Amino acid sequence: MRFLFKTAYEQDIRLFPDRVAAMWYGLLGVAVLLLPALLSGYYVGEITWVFIYGICGVSLMVLVGYTGLLSLGHAAFLGIGAYAHAYFLQHGVPWVVSVALATLITTACGIVVGLPALRMTGIYLAIATLAFSVIIQEVFTRWESVTKGFAGMAVEKPVIFGVQFNDNASFYYLCAAILALTLGATRNLLRSPTGRAWIAIRDSEIAAQSMGVNLSVYKTIAFAYSAALMGLAGALFAHKIAYLAPDIFTILLSIQLLLLVIVGGLGSLHGAVFGAIFVALLPPIIAILRDSIPATLADVASATGIGLIRAVGKVIGDFLKKPGVEAGIFGLILVLVILLEPLGMYGRWIKIRLFFSTFPMYKRHTFKRQKSYMRSERLR
Amino acid sequence: MWHDRLKSDGGWKLATFLQLTLNGLAVGCIYGLVALGFVLIYKATELVNFAQGDLLMLGAFVAYMAVVLWGLDYWVGFLIAVVAIAAFGALLDMTILRRVIGQPQFAVVMLTIGLGAMFRTFASVTWGSEIYTLPTPFSGVTKIAGVTVSHQYLSIIASTLVLCGVLYVFFKYSRIGIAMQATSQNQLAAYYVGIPVKLIFSLVWAISAAVATAAGILLAPVTLIDINMGLSVAIKAFAAAVLGGFGSIPGALVGGITIGLIELYAGASLPEGFKDTAPYIVLLVMLAVRPQGLFGTLGRKKV
Repeated sequence: MRFLFKTAYEQDIRLFPDRVAAMWYGLLGVAVLLLPALLSGYYVGEITWVFIYGICGVSLMVLVGYTGLLSLGHAAFLGIGAYAHAYFLQHGVPWVVSVALATLITTACGIVVGLPALRMTGIYLAIATLAFSVIIQEVFTRWESVTKGFAGMAVEKPVIFGVQFNDNASFYYLCAAILALTLGATRNLLRSPTGRAWIAIRDSEIAAQSMGVNLSVYKTIAFAYSAALMGLAGALFAHKIAYLAPDIFTILLSIQLLLLVIVGGLGSLHGAVFGAIFVALLPPIIAILRDSIPATLADVASATGIGLIRAVGKVIGDFLKKPGVEAGIFGLILVLVILLEPLGMYGRWIKIRLFFSTFPMYKRHTFKRQKSYMRSERLR
Repeated sequence: MWHDRLKSDGGWKLATFLQLTLNGLAVGCIYGLVALGFVLIYKATELVNFAQGDLLMLGAFVAYMAVVLWGLDYWVGFLIAVVAIAAFGALLDMTILRRVIGQPQFAVVMLTIGLGAMFRTFASVTWGSEIYTLPTPFSGVTKIAGVTVSHQYLSIIASTLVLCGVLYVFFKYSRIGIAMQATSQNQLAAYYVGIPVKLIFSLVWAISAAVATAAGILLAPVTLIDINMGLSVAIKAFAAAVLGGFGSIPGALVGGITIGLIELYAGASLPEGFKDTAPYIVLLVMLAVRPQGLFGTLGRKKV
């Protein structure tokens, strides 16, 4: 068991808690670099989704997990970033400039939405962002001179300073690098006064205000930063799906992004990445299970001679093949996470780590949730 | 669509206006009913139920099953659906939602969104993802001074009035209704004076689910039944509840009717695309000007 004695304030805000942690992150980085050499192109492409969703996750984590503002319309920001980037690329703007412009435009939209949001809390903010996203989706459909409406908009592969990112592996590295930069920037922001102000606002607006945090400034920064990251993610998203249509950026995508941060674990950057792994890899895993469960159970049935197992496998396979089942599985996992593990996958990971580091002395009640008696949010 | 036809014969006329108002009122009543469900639950338990639209969808499907598949009478089917979904709502409260009371609001929002997704999957696995029609006893039309009055829309408006009347009397005069009011004002005090708070919560969920079911069955002939019918209605109803000030019952109805009227007026007079967005534009403007809604009050914690 390792003890961390804190002797200076700097220790609290260090980038990594100690050298061992830094080493683990280094190893993770090496593993990410080596993965494309070990896996086939299909899996590299699927893991690229993890990085793109990871940037979205960081964006939403800043807003929901750190500042405590709920947004049900972040798919709109993703869409604005994607469409702006695709539009600029089609007009011959260089990649880097195009991404920067797309990010800027999304940031501006974030500020525009954030300003009225300053006066709203909780559910009013959720519905305002939802309304914004519905309007933006209609704009995507109708503004045909820019977005080409339902005809869709093809997005070419990225070319940065003459370097082509054509295949899965090179795009994988591009996304990984941008996610790493995003994580680094966000981590730095979070250990600065800005990040501490966000956390204070999340925990209690009144207390934060009493301590001199300017609510409107920091809430606007949170919205703008979150929107900027979404715009950045949107640019990569556009390349990844290669064909933009207005019905991609619906409220269902917003909900999926919120699911990402909640399943990953609110209030931690680790959670954003864990959640991205979950959201990006669950659909392919379901697709694999859909065929492999009946096949495996059929093998078991013929080996043991029990016909019932084959029938069970067929029922499961047929169930997974029905349309709309995936959304239900996502919903079920969301419900289970909120009921059983409100801190998400990252919370579970901390518990497992504590279990091993304090091995025979682990107390379950360390993490016992405080009983809260009807904390009224009407007066917050 | 009827409003395109009306637009083409040259400008605005009184008949057109009345027609739009009547249809807007009917659509608005549906939004109002669903919003009422939101508000009832919110007032009692401070939970925001995003699965309200999916309860509406489940209710419509149960009615479809009773009327079409089992061949029962419309009103028997109506009753079966309302009772079944009300019981389901109470069960939902007892098993799942009671555990999250007092947790951060977005956790509850996400929980109910997750439940809604599960209901949609359940419906698509059980009843299939096609579009179904529910036969209805109100199918005729009456022409009054150039206005086509569809009995369907009339039935929606009349049922909404009746339902609201019943709910008003229930909350104002019945013992349980008064106990519900007390619970929503102060949970702890209600508990101290001997009100069975948990039972009240379940009852509120049952009433809210029953109202959603009624709205679903009334809406079924207009939009037809499919697994996504609840989602769009719920979003607009949610906008309606916020417009009226979340937590105000008359506000929910006024908000619903406002959204319904705006939707139809905008659809008939503004360029294409505004029919679906105009309610949200109005909502955003309203929230920017008056963040607490039309009838809401915005409190601030005293420290």
